[in-house]
Amino acid sequence: MKIHEYQAKELFRAHGIPVPRGKVADSAEAAVEAAVALQAQLIAVKAQVHAGGRGKGGGVKLARGTEEVGELAGAILGRPLITPQTGPQGVTVRQLLIEEGCPFERQLYVGVVLDRSAERPVIMVSAEGGVEIEEVARQRPEAIIREHFDPRTGVAAERALHLAQSLGLGADAAKRAAAIIQALARIYVTEDCTLIEINPLVVTARGEVVAIDAKCNLDDNALFRHEALAELRDRSEEDEREGRAADCGFSYVSLDGDIGCMVNGAGLAMATNDILTLAGGAPANFLDVGGAADPERVTAAFRLLLEDERVRVVLVNIFGGIVRCDVIAKGILEALKVLPLEVPLVVRLEGTNVEQGRRMLRESEHALIEANSFAEAAEKAVAASRGGLA
Amino acid sequence: MSILVNKKTRLLVQGLGRVGRFYTDLMVEYGTRVVAGTRPGKGGTSYNGIPIYNSAAEAAREVEFNASVIFVPPPAVAEEILAGAEAGARVIVAITEGVPVLDMVQAKAELARRFSQVTLIGPNCPGIISPEECKIGIMPGYIHHKGPVGIISRSGTLTYEGVRQCSECGIGQSTCIGLGGDPVVGMSFRDLLALFAEDPETLGVLMIGEIGGAAEEEAAALIADGYPKPVVAFIAGKNAPPGKRMGHAGAIIAGGKGTAAEKVAALESAGATVVESPAEMGTAMERVLRAGSLL
Repeated sequence: MKIHEYQAKELFRAHGIPVPRGKVADSAEAAVEAAVALQAQLIAVKAQVHAGGRGKGGGVKLARGTEEVGELAGAILGRPLITPQTGPQGVTVRQLLIEEGCPFERQLYVGVVLDRSAERPVIMVSAEGGVEIEEVARQRPEAIIREHFDPRTGVAAERALHLAQSLGLGADAAKRAAAIIQALARIYVTEDCTLIEINPLVVTARGEVVAIDAKCNLDDNALFRHEALAELRDRSEEDEREGRAADCGFSYVSLDGDIGCMVNGAGLAMATNDILTLAGGAPANFLDVGGAADPERVTAAFRLLLEDERVRVVLVNIFGGIVRCDVIAKGILEALKVLPLEVPLVVRLEGTNVEQGRRMLRESEHALIEANSFAEAAEKAVAASRGGLA
Repeated sequence: MSILVNKKTRLLVQGLGRVGRFYTDLMVEYGTRVVAGTRPGKGGTSYNGIPIYNSAAEAAREVEFNASVIFVPPPAVAEEILAGAEAGARVIVAITEGVPVLDMVQAKAELARRFSQVTLIGPNCPGIISPEECKIGIMPGYIHHKGPVGIISRSGTLTYEGVRQCSECGIGQSTCIGLGGDPVVGMSFRDLLALFAEDPETLGVLMIGEIGGAAEEEAAALIADGYPKPVVAFIAGKNAPPGKRMGHAGAIIAGGKGTAAEKVAALESAGATVVESPAEMGTAMERVLRAGSLL
């Protein structure tokens, strides 16, 4: 789960990481009011959306007076912000963070992620902050210094200081940066983050070290022990269908094509998208209805697919293991009782009680397209998406 | 022969709740020797003749077992893994989905420190099966047949698909393992390839990978280093958008890393036979085994 910059900064503040003074605003008037209260010469106006690359998309601006804050806020709020991570349609900006501007001399990077190969968290620091860290990693990997740490103990004071010194900071700034490095590692563990980063972490002329940006992603599987953080979920930032699927207990990812897919199991669902693409088709979505697809979830998944105006054909690919194919077939037929079927439906059932399941579908009043193998299912779905089998 | 589990395996079920009981019945039906179960507060009772204890430690005082399977809810999985190891299970299979990743980081570090001889499979996995000998997990038993192919996969139903395709080509399996779909899991492709290399019954290995992490690349390094048996591989998620979790917590392209293309390239250059279509896992395995006069 992603949270907004201003929410991450509240977390930072609670853990003693210096952040600029600021306030969230959801209208131009509120933005001006917040700017007036700040009494600062330089004011940052920052779009609060989950997508990265906000600066590139024009979602982060500096204003030299409250009037300019109002203008910028009016121009950003309520409009789609297009960044390298949003896709061409962009995301609508609903909130701004109005913050005291912070002139700086240097921009650094500090982040913590899980190193999956080492199976330990790793803290990364770089003297080259303020730019996309993935780009730095690609072009000059030696510019990023990495250090693994034990989540039980965090980053020791002398290791943190060593990392900070490697960034070429003066004695006072290094001490401050070291404390921030330790705090960031601590937040990563105590709040069950999957990623936490400050880019840039800036050093001011007076040697202060301030987090002027904040990014924090949380482990969905650990939200049960972080009730307050779980409440920060912002549904308006989610793909509407992805949110609905999550509420129904299955997994959905929107794609660009026109073949609606319903599959049980994440691996089989990914493989179904692969085989469709290989056969010249384009999946509209990834949908894993769960290894043990029950009738209610099948109905909910069907609803999601049939209500998607992009979908020109639906492909159901189910490997009934413990869940029996006759139960799946029953779920499909139940769903079709309440949902009008206006597009071709290709069904491939395999596994336990497959004959019984196939017979139930064949004997129904619906004109379903039966497929007897994985490859045949893909071919038939692609043909139908081109109008060949409807 | 097979790897890790066989007819001699004596299984403890940790978490004989509703789900645990359902799958325990199916494991017993398959022929697995389930010797005890745990359920806090139900110690002293039994389920279909299987004695129930309050904890793994209590069970260990009364019954001998060498493997365990975990069905407890996500918050308790890490501590149950360690409890199972402490109680003497040498193969531990965690089925539960939804375990916090830092719990697994700490549990694995603890296993490495105190129980280096313990083999952990999962969590978020279908389990392990040596056909006609022992099934630990939730896979449908009947699709499996005894034979020469070892199967390792990060997925559940896609593993069944691979098994079925092999079985349809008349190729049975020595042992099939679902590693689990989380970012940090017990055994890796690499670990299991090493075990299959030593197993005389296994003549070839099918590995089914997916986007996210670098476990497939690490396996490729082992294969490139003179792996003695043919390996067929499929990688799922070729058209997955970056930054999106594809169902599994671990199936995500993060920071441009963990793409299917990188994994396919690594495996191909290591000498594995990588199939482009997931419908060709069985036929490719058959072709590779025939080419090596192994069928």
